[in-house]
Amino acid sequence: MSKLNLDPIRIDNSRNAAKQIAEDVQEFIDKHTTTSTERAVARLLGIDGVDEISKPLPNVLIDNIKDGGGLEQGAAYWIGNGVVQRGDTPQEIAEKISRGELDITRISTGSEEKIQDTIYELAQETVDKIKQNRDKREELIQTLGEGKKPYIYVIVATGNIYEDMVQAQAAARQGADVIAVIRTTGQSLLDYVPYGPTTEGFGGTYATQENFKLMRRALDEVGEEVGRYIRLCNYCSGLCMPEIAAMGALERLDMMLNDALYGILFRDINMQRTLIDQYFSRVINGYAGIIINTGEDNYLTTDDAVEAAHTVLASQFINEQFALKAGIPEEQMGLGHAFEMDPSLENGFLYELAQAQMAREIFPNAPLKYMPPTKYMTGNIFMGHIQDALFNMVAIMTGQGIQLLGMLTEAIHTPHLHDRYLAIENAQYIFNNARNLGDEISFKEDGIIQNRAQEVLEKAEELLKEIANIGLFQTIEQGKFGGVKRSRTGGKGLEGVAKKGSAYFNPFIQLMVGGDR
Amino acid sequence: MSQVAKVDLTRVKPYGDTLNDGMVQTSFTLPIPYGDAAKEAARLLAKKMGLEEPSVVYSKDLGIDYTYFIVYGKCIHTVDYTKIEVPKVDIEIMSKEEVEQYIKDNIKRNVVIVGACTGTDAHTVGIDAIMNMKGYAGHFGLERYEGIDAYNLGSQVPNEELVAKAIELEADAILVSQVVTQKDVHIPNLTELVELLEAEGIRDDIILVCGGPRISHELAKELGYDAGFGPGTFAEDVATFIVIEIVKRRLV
Repeated sequence: MSKLNLDPIRIDNSRNAAKQIAEDVQEFIDKHTTTSTERAVARLLGIDGVDEISKPLPNVLIDNIKDGGGLEQGAAYWIGNGVVQRGDTPQEIAEKISRGELDITRISTGSEEKIQDTIYELAQETVDKIKQNRDKREELIQTLGEGKKPYIYVIVATGNIYEDMVQAQAAARQGADVIAVIRTTGQSLLDYVPYGPTTEGFGGTYATQENFKLMRRALDEVGEEVGRYIRLCNYCSGLCMPEIAAMGALERLDMMLNDALYGILFRDINMQRTLIDQYFSRVINGYAGIIINTGEDNYLTTDDAVEAAHTVLASQFINEQFALKAGIPEEQMGLGHAFEMDPSLENGFLYELAQAQMAREIFPNAPLKYMPPTKYMTGNIFMGHIQDALFNMVAIMTGQGIQLLGMLTEAIHTPHLHDRYLAIENAQYIFNNARNLGDEISFKEDGIIQNRAQEVLEKAEELLKEIANIGLFQTIEQGKFGGVKRSRTGGKGLEGVAKKGSAYFNPFIQLMVGGDR
Repeated sequence: MSQVAKVDLTRVKPYGDTLNDGMVQTSFTLPIPYGDAAKEAARLLAKKMGLEEPSVVYSKDLGIDYTYFIVYGKCIHTVDYTKIEVPKVDIEIMSKEEVEQYIKDNIKRNVVIVGACTGTDAHTVGIDAIMNMKGYAGHFGLERYEGIDAYNLGSQVPNEELVAKAIELEADAILVSQVVTQKDVHIPNLTELVELLEAEGIRDDIILVCGGPRISHELAKELGYDAGFGPGTFAEDVATFIVIEIVKRRLV
């Protein structure tokens, strides 16, 4: 079955080591919560809107709880108590706090049982709504159909949601299966989610619930027209991971970039904060049927794609285990990797092929997210178009799941309308022209491709065992991923982490994964 | 050889396959529906661009009543190559490896660089491109340089905090990024930093650099900075300037 002759024992060892790594971290996660986790709970309990200075009400509420020293009991407890004591809805409670009429940790507290009963009832309504979104997606895919894999994934990034909608519809008509609305520069470091439709952004568009809703509608519309369900992707990363997940689940997004390691390494977000955040965000994404995309490709933009190939594989193993912990099935794990080797490397194509085929065989059910060349794109658009063609060739030969299309103008500007058309044409030509090539070929025993894949797997196994010994936190402190060092207490967002108290509960984790966390 | 026409450097124009044929290839999209009228529009536009005998060799419906074109034509314009003067960059930019070697050879200790988007500016795209590991367009950022300790303080950093951090870390250089320049908000903000450093008595001990889309070297000098970098700057440009300046000003 394996074209690469990979040693199943090495794969098992790697998986077991990754499992141990994830379990160690999970133990830490289970004892803690964060401001953003609690804001997501607040959103899922129906709290939305902003106060008179445009501060989102979930922030108003959680700040009030935190200032009152109550973060450790969690938002569900305090909101539940407010509902029980005052007879208000969660939204009314948040509004009263915003007007200075209520201090939520200062009112008398009722029985925990009563609080839980009240909250679970409210939570169930939201969970049902998310379930309906999931069913609606299934139904649309059934009736409309969907693109063949690899899904053609393109980005829109005008900064103006209405302009994005036009571009997204154009891309869908040209053949795109997935539209990602890239976020404005810097949103990942905002400790709140902006509100309402937005028309100004830098290099991207704000992720807001209203923008999600608008784009969803635009894609459903064009999906009807082209006879294909068009998936919507956004970025569930940064300081508001769980909140974005909640918004995405409510507005029927289909994919989310969702990777704590990316935030730690490349956005300098505190590792404790974002790993706790990642857990709840993945619980929500998992339940909502959203395919997560992990960010391993980024290691190769800072580190060398040949030398650091095993760190990508190791990280995919770890991300798989974290996803399983959050109840995400394999079919929703868009594990990431990239075509980033130096084009001047002799036989580079063979190494890329080995890496992509290896990921395919080790994670057979995951819709792998394959990222295009960026690092060695120069502004020579003609050469770039060929690099993208080879990237597309590897994808179709190895059965990748999600193809983020390379743009010939990478390294020059955010894509122009016709750049996207040229990229889609490139991918469609190659995917169609070589559709079953992968089924027809096998790799030479003990040849360059087999040996390369075996070597990468062996090194990944070694690294995973080492990480399992010293722990993930320390591994990151030592700079083993992407060559970037981050400290356990450094970075942004640590002040939003709290230890869970005795009355803490998060009804959504219970309802979405059934576990008692 | 004698039959090949000689290039007139005072009147240079594009070369396709014959000298002075002026051949230019271009592609663009017009916001009009695909069809013969669209092709004619593209042809007329190419003429206005100074392309004679324009030929629309390909056009494609982009799906929202917009059309893409590939056009060839003969450029009517020329340039006088003999009169060209390019302002010289006063330092020779070193590669990342050369900068690292230069530090080893000439500074012999780690260079400390602190960077931030200051004031109300929340747009870290510029400072991230220069400082963060990932860098920009395949050019690694300063965090990745051996021999450089780079601290990216992020966005909306008050000038006071930046100065305090620079003192605490005994920084050799401060990088300030200003992307938002609406109503020239960057000018007073950049000036304030210089004043603070002077008040602390450390202005001369620190290499002060600013950057951003509307920053030029001239503007930076005028505001009391050692250098200013505009669009298209990479980490190695900034790093080269800093390490050479450290040696030149005997801040080793």
